[in-house]
Amino acid sequence: MADEVILLDHAYSPPAVRVRIALKEKGIAFESKQEDFSNKSSLLLEMNPVHKQIPVLIHNGKPICESLIIVGYIDEVWNEKSPLLPTDPHDRAHSKFWADYIDKKIYTLGRAVWTAKGETHAAAKKDLISSLKILEAELGDKPYFGGKTFGITDIALIPYYSWFYTLEKFGNLKMNEECPKLVAWGERCMQRESVSTTLHNQYETYDFILELRKKLGVE
Amino acid sequence: MEENQGVKLLGFWVSPYVLRVKWALKLKGIEYEYIEEDVFNKSPLLLKLNPVKGQVPVLVHDGKPIPESIVILEYIDEVWKHSPLLPQDPYERANSRFWAKFAAEKLQAYAWEALCSRGEDHERAIKASMEALEKMEKELNGKKFFGGDKIGFVDLVAGFISYQLPVYEEIVSMKILDSSKFPAITNWINNFLNHPLIKEELPPKHKMLAYFSNRRNVILVQNSSNK
Repeated sequence: MADEVILLDHAYSPPAVRVRIALKEKGIAFESKQEDFSNKSSLLLEMNPVHKQIPVLIHNGKPICESLIIVGYIDEVWNEKSPLLPTDPHDRAHSKFWADYIDKKIYTLGRAVWTAKGETHAAAKKDLISSLKILEAELGDKPYFGGKTFGITDIALIPYYSWFYTLEKFGNLKMNEECPKLVAWGERCMQRESVSTTLHNQYETYDFILELRKKLGVE
Repeated sequence: MEENQGVKLLGFWVSPYVLRVKWALKLKGIEYEYIEEDVFNKSPLLLKLNPVKGQVPVLVHDGKPIPESIVILEYIDEVWKHSPLLPQDPYERANSRFWAKFAAEKLQAYAWEALCSRGEDHERAIKASMEALEKMEKELNGKKFFGGDKIGFVDLVAGFISYQLPVYEEIVSMKILDSSKFPAITNWINNFLNHPLIKEELPPKHKMLAYFSNRRNVILVQNSSNK
């Protein structure tokens, strides 16, 4: 039976980017339906009634929500190739810990850097840099967070590579100075087809975020 | 590979995050050494085993530390495969993870906010808590436990609702767990608290009342001096 895989999606949403990358790593054919945040489709409201947010993976009619939960699901169902998590339970726990750390920190802090002002902005910038340095220490000299294999922790973080230029502009910082190893890691990930065909470049993303700030009334 | 040796748990007596792990270890019949930490005066051991966040719980198995309660639960389930906490089917597993995340990140946060705030913030937090509970009520849908007939992953993560939320309610004289609005959750609370392994492993109520009252006061003072 052919699988029907639909992704309720948005081009610039980091959580959605994670899922697209995971699907491509596994070579899974899927249909992407773009959602408009200001005009959510009835399908989205039906498939994610609790949060009404993307991404939602709809696999043979059944919805799975929350980007990292979706990535875990994809790994469990399409388990014949390209594992996204290690096999050893301790290594798996390690990957999940870092993916969760990224999930809880980077979006909120990054967004505060490009929306907030004054003390809030200063605090967010400080926290963000601190978090990125912690991640950089965890990466160390490994090619990927997963070691030799590109995995869930890399997938959790890589969408934010598109944000680097934006963070530099609004944060008045240089990523190459603050976390050069992460910049190198980002470039390495971009050599993977799943990543390069999914991430928007940093300037397009900056333009998108400028528009988004206007819509949010942040000026 | 099963290992019943070398399991340690660093915890704090009142932490719901730690309690989830204790319950999981108990349900699986895993013996462990418990090390009580003072989270307000963190030991070098805790800071060494969880350098990133410095928080409990930390499970140490065969000398290797695992932090983060939900990550620990999944680890326990993978290493000790009997009495599974998560379902086998990938879709059901994703669903369990969704509701565990919802309970831990939304409901727990709103309930804490309701405890540690006043006025409009407090009212808003109560409303958010009840809306979150409504969603969990629908998901429970008359089952004995979120895991079905047996306690599962979601029950352990959501377990704080059964014993901690009533303590918050008492401290600030609020009502969130309305049995007429949430009959399934009310029933679930009874089933959960009466489970032989759970009821042996709950913090004493009078101690919780004292602890959380104190925390509420400290946070209210901190918040008003920050304004």
